[in-house]
Order: sequence, then structure tokens, then C-alpha cells
Amino acid sequence: MAAATFKIWRGERSSGGYKEYKAEVSEGMVVLDAVHQIQAADANDLSVRWNCKAGKCGSCSAEINGKPKLMCMTRLNTLPLDEPITIEPMKTFPHIKDLVTDVSWNYKVKTRIKKFTPARGEAWNASQDDVDRPQEFRKCIECFLCQDVCHVLRDHGLHDEFIGPRYFVYSAAMEMNPFDSEDRLDDLKSKHGIGYCNITKCCTQVCPEEIRITDNAIIPLKERVVDEYYDPLKRLFKIFK
Amino acid sequence: MLAHGLRAMSQNSHRGGDSLSSIDVPLKNGGFGQTSRRDNWWLQPLAVFLGLSTFIVYSTWAAFQGDHYRFGGYLSPFYSPEIFGSAHAWFGPKPPWWPGWMPFSAALLILWAPGGFRFTCYYYRGAYYKAFWADPVNCAVGEPRNSYCGEQSFPLIIQNIHRYFLYLALIFIVLLAHDVWEAMWFADGFGIGAGTLILAANTALLASYTLGCHSLRHLVGGKLDVISKSPLRKSAYDGSTCLNKRHMRFAWFSLFSVGFSDLYVRLCSMGIWHDWRIL
Repeated sequence: MAAATFKIWRGERSSGGYKEYKAEVSEGMVVLDAVHQIQAADANDLSVRWNCKAGKCGSCSAEINGKPKLMCMTRLNTLPLDEPITIEPMKTFPHIKDLVTDVSWNYKVKTRIKKFTPARGEAWNASQDDVDRPQEFRKCIECFLCQDVCHVLRDHGLHDEFIGPRYFVYSAAMEMNPFDSEDRLDDLKSKHGIGYCNITKCCTQVCPEEIRITDNAIIPLKERVVDEYYDPLKRLFKIFK
Repeated sequence: MLAHGLRAMSQNSHRGGDSLSSIDVPLKNGGFGQTSRRDNWWLQPLAVFLGLSTFIVYSTWAAFQGDHYRFGGYLSPFYSPEIFGSAHAWFGPKPPWWPGWMPFSAALLILWAPGGFRFTCYYYRGAYYKAFWADPVNCAVGEPRNSYCGEQSFPLIIQNIHRYFLYLALIFIVLLAHDVWEAMWFADGFGIGAGTLILAANTALLASYTLGCHSLRHLVGGKLDVISKSPLRKSAYDGSTCLNKRHMRFAWFSLFSVGFSDLYVRLCSMGIWHDWRIL
């Protein structure tokens, strides 16, 4: 069995640094396996959040060699093992300890979004064609990797004005739902800062569920906002209506 | 590193609302280019920078050059439609009212429309924000500036004009298709030359790029929550979605093809290349 070196961020809040550990690597191992091995053998106090080990709970989000990924879905044979593998906590959220961050900001953001509001008196029958789009967004496991990589939050810290890709996906799931009657466009434009997104597609690149976040959620929402607020011809038609 | 957390808290204190931004993110990236990424993250923005810069330099030169844009039935896409400029133009040669101090070229009259379409295209926006403005230079890589307003306010809020450029771009596809038809007619009648195929491939690639546009996808059906009751719009939406999945590819292929088409017509017109008559 080959050994690999892992540089893991250790510490609490702003204090801390990288610490190197060795782990035995065998076929089929993922990064989370190596972290568990290190935790069992060399660092019993290493904090790491995990749950399903199957890429469905979204708990083990971290930055592996600088890229936001799920530790349980990152196979070691996809990484260059001849040099140390860096494992860091997500950088967009407050650090708690070692690889654990406080993602509660996301849950607070969710409470600010208007909830699903079914139209009254509608029969609950839908064509598959109409639910295909919202169903893609239901795949989200809330790992918050998209929030982590988004530079509007990560580099510019606009947590107060911008809800992030995860919540544009959440909003799109409701906005495109054929049974929903709520209008979220004004919120998206003014309170949720959809205009801050500059379409770099980093969120799409890191999504472990391969949701086309930018193309299928954010840009369609931007287009709906354009319909409502930035299309002079549409506004003119509305006046005549 | 703590500066960001402090800045966020200070922003929040001005608003006095929910303390959503009072979060301290001590591990955030530091300065420009700082990252833990090990891959060649700089390669993609560099390639985009070089690709777009090369095209901008060539197309600007070709647009101002104002000559060698027609060879027999072939018309360079940079000069199509030719509104004013030569005896073949819709309204004849350079108009007498054109200000003497202003350089004239038939391309300058029309290139703003397809140029505006590409400039405001969702794909290109993401690409050039990275490659030319480093905002961000690549995913999870530190940025050179702290201030940021994105497309939320002036000037980039103007990007929302994209759908109007789309309408113009659709007209250009029809005009370029007509050019392909014109390129099938030679002095001795109907025929197909290498130039005909190049112009046809260029039009097909431009059409694939334009019809996969995010705005078009929205307008033909994406705006509807219940699309199943409009089968025609559903088909249009599915077709646009299919092209949209390859939007980046078509954006680059069509950019290359439009430049190459101009080069082909130009070099044939200058007598450097000889058009190969196939039929």
C-alpha cells in the first residue's frame, strides 16, 4: 500500500495552520476515508463534519487542493499523490474548528425567500414537461459548495445583499413551479441581488449533483427580471394593456 | 484576513437589519492570484484573453481596412449587409453626407450589432469578466479588487439590453443565409466553390450560436411555467436548450469561422489564395 501526505488545516477561528499527516492509500479510497484514518491514528481531536459517505447529505464539503468538493466523492486516484494533498474548510463561512464551518447563514437566508404559495382552486395535475425544470433543482443536497466558491460571497463578502447560487436555485424551483402563484422577481432584483452574479459559472463547476445552476436557474431568473424591469418594449405593452 | 469580516460587520451596522453579514470568514483568500489550487488555473483565462484579443485586433483592422471584402459572389461576413460602400451595396457607394473627418468603411455601419450581441452574451460576459477584469480571474482564486457591484448597477446593468441585440442577430442570420445563396452563383451560372462552403459553415455556426442564446431560450418558452400547453413553443425551447448546452463551443467556433471567412474572401480578392471551384 502506498502512503500519501495530507496537509490539513487545524485550528479554531482565525488561529491555526496546516499540519501534515501520512495515510495509507488503497484502491477505491476517497479523501474522507483518509481523513478518518488520520483521525483514528494520529489526530483524535480532528473535527470533521460528515454523515452519509454517499454524496447525498452534503455534510463533508471542504476545499481539496483549493477546489470546493465533497470529501466523500473525491477519489484519491484523481489527485496527484506524489505531493501533499491540501484539505481546508470552506472559506466563505465562519470557521469553527479544523474542517468544520458554521453554515447557519444559509438557513437564515432561506427564511427571507417567499415560500411556495399554491394557486387556489387548481387541480394538482401537471405534465412531466412542466415539472422537469423544477425537478432538476430538487436534486440540490445543500452542500453549499456553490455558495463557497461564489466570488460575490467569498471575495466580496456581500452576504447581506446577495443570497448566492444555492438560493437562486431554490427560488427558481418555486418560480418555475406551475402551481406556484407567488411573485419573487422584485425581491430577486432588489433584496436578493441577482444582478451581482456575473455568470462566471463557478457554482455550476463545483455542483456535485451536476445541476446547471447558471444556465438553468440564474440566467432564466435574470431574464425574468429583465422581462419585468429592464425591457422597455414590454413596459410599453403593459401600459397599453 | 480579518479585514473582510470587519468590513461585513460595518456594512451591516449601516443598515441595522438582520445581522446576516456579521460573519467572520478568517480563511478567505488574500490578495490577487492567491489560491490553494494546484492546477494551471491561469491557463483558461489566458487562452480566453489571447483568443478574444486576437479576434478584436483582427476584426478592427478588417473593419477599418474597407477593401478586399468582396470576391465574385462572396461577401465577407464583416461587411454583410453592405448598406453603403460599393456599387453592389444596397444604397450605392459612400454617401456624400458622410463627414469628411470620419473614416468610412461599410463594416463600421453594421458591425456594432453582432459585436453588441457577443459583448452582451451571457457566455462571453462570464469569460471576459474573468480574462480581462479578473473578477474573478478563475474560481476560488483571489481577486485584485475589494469593491464590486457586478451587473446590479451602472454601468454593467446595461448588459440587460442583450435581447435587443439578439433580435438584430437573428436578422443577420437571414442576411448571411442570403449571402450563401449569392455565393452559389458564378459568372457561368450555378456552382459551389470552397468559399461557398466556408460561408455556409460560418452561417450554420453563427445560427447555432444565436439560436442557443439564453435570451432566445427564455423568450421562446423558458418564460412559461406551463409549457406543455404550447407544443410549438415546447419544441422551440427544446431545440434552443439543445444548442444552449453547447453555447460556449458554438461561441468560439463561430467567432473563429467569421474571422476565417473574412480572411478567405480577403485573400482570394487580393489574389493570394485561389478559390477552389468544386461544382
